[in-house]
Amino acid sequence: MEYFIQQLINGITLGGMYALIALGYTMVYGVIQLINFAHGEFFAAGGYVGAIALGYFSGLGYMETHPIICLTASFAMSMAYCAYLAVGVEKIAYKPLRKESRLAALLSALGMSIFLSNGLMLTQGVYDAVYPSELFQGRFDFGMVTISYLQIMIVSLTACLLVGLNLLVFKTKVGMAMRATAQDKTMSALVAIGSNRIISLTFAIGAGLACAAGIMYGLYYGSVRYDMGFVPGIKAFAAAVLGGIGNITGAMLGGLIIGMVEIFGAGYISSEYKDVFAFIILIAVLYFKPTGIMGENIDDTRV
Amino acid sequence: MSTQPILELKNVHSGYGSIKALKGISLKVMPGEIVAIIGANGAGKSTTLMTICGIVKVEKGEILYQGKVINKVPPEKLPTMGLCQVPEGRRIFPRLTVMENLRLGAFYRDDTNQIMKDIQYSYEMFPILGERKSQKGGTLSGGEQQMLAIARALMTKPKVLLLDEPSLGLAPIIVQQIFDIISQINKEEGVTILLVEQNANLALQAASRGYVVETGEITLEDEAQALLSNSKIREAYLGE
Repeated sequence: MEYFIQQLINGITLGGMYALIALGYTMVYGVIQLINFAHGEFFAAGGYVGAIALGYFSGLGYMETHPIICLTASFAMSMAYCAYLAVGVEKIAYKPLRKESRLAALLSALGMSIFLSNGLMLTQGVYDAVYPSELFQGRFDFGMVTISYLQIMIVSLTACLLVGLNLLVFKTKVGMAMRATAQDKTMSALVAIGSNRIISLTFAIGAGLACAAGIMYGLYYGSVRYDMGFVPGIKAFAAAVLGGIGNITGAMLGGLIIGMVEIFGAGYISSEYKDVFAFIILIAVLYFKPTGIMGENIDDTRV
Repeated sequence: MSTQPILELKNVHSGYGSIKALKGISLKVMPGEIVAIIGANGAGKSTTLMTICGIVKVEKGEILYQGKVINKVPPEKLPTMGLCQVPEGRRIFPRLTVMENLRLGAFYRDDTNQIMKDIQYSYEMFPILGERKSQKGGTLSGGEQQMLAIARALMTKPKVLLLDEPSLGLAPIIVQQIFDIISQINKEEGVTILLVEQNANLALQAASRGYVVETGEITLEDEAQALLSNSKIREAYLGE
């Protein structure tokens, strides 16, 4: 039983990260019907920028004295950087192809993914970048079950971001405009909503969330690598499809499920195959319910 | 009416790729008028409105709004200048509520208090929208959607309202209601209206002047009453 609860906690932690990445896939798909295969690279870039920022603060010695400020500043700067990066990627790689076939943009996305990943390798090197380890060292012990402070931080920050995104999309004017743009771009223009701005914003938000997940990943596992965007990116894509691509609530749910399945699969079946479980689910979803859990039929929460 | 037209098209050509939909449309709309464009299916009526709104690009010719050329103005800027369209098929945002649809009509506006008052005014003008304000737009009937589309357009505070086939697919009693509202908007709010209709009879009764479009060109232009009594028009468009 303790083992089960322990796995559950680990699963929520990992699942939250997948959910954050999956949102970027699903929001971009909702607005321009593109699977942005370069999205995982924002996760990797975020992991790196976070490592650089936290490493810098750590070197100055602020991390011991003001951990919360350092962490907040690192997250904010990294998320802003990734948001701008994503807006740039959209302008360069997708906007010129918007009137072309969807396949053209999809190929452009694959190319962009390779480009960004290699850019990271060339500028940051092929070796792991290590995260400072002095953050959130403690943990709670409940018999056999332990929850580290880091896990609590990750889960609560993830929850805040998810709630914040929901409020933004479903309660604000700009969120309303995003949903309108996703539903009918021509009509949106006729009520003065500029789709270019909304599309940029969608990319920025998606990349910001992926970036936050990248920093959490770095903090959780201790290091990041230039090619770390690929596998979690594909798993998050599986999560977005599982939830119903284009559906925000679905992506959150899908991320949690994929994280859980991976952790439980690794814990109870075999950790050798932990990367396989997400894809088994992806194949099963595509086979039995291609619209995903929340797709099409329950479309109230689409972007 | 010696003043300058509020909206003028000069020899406008446009189309979709190699298909030329408009082959030199010229027309004038004076401030305060209701002008009707009538014509058969596929004659280029909707394309005319979409070209005015910048959704379809002008290939040749000029569109002037309040004396200024607007060919190159991005479509999303035009509603902020007072030029707004209720497109064919109404195009309500189906997964947004009635309230949200109205709110988006005022997307570019920042005067929150006045926006709330204007939404209340919409509910007074169309009580059914008030009753259904929390319902998704896609669940409304055709007539209700047409009302919502007009109310949403009014939220942009238009000077010129372009209406594309407001009677399409609606029951006769609802059509009459919609046309009463159109006249009311014109008379009481002073909104200039350019109306595209297949129902030529209705459109010409509401309008002061009319244009007849055939295969992308204006073939006839006259006072609405004169068009109504024109035997060719009666034969071709009024089913006699």
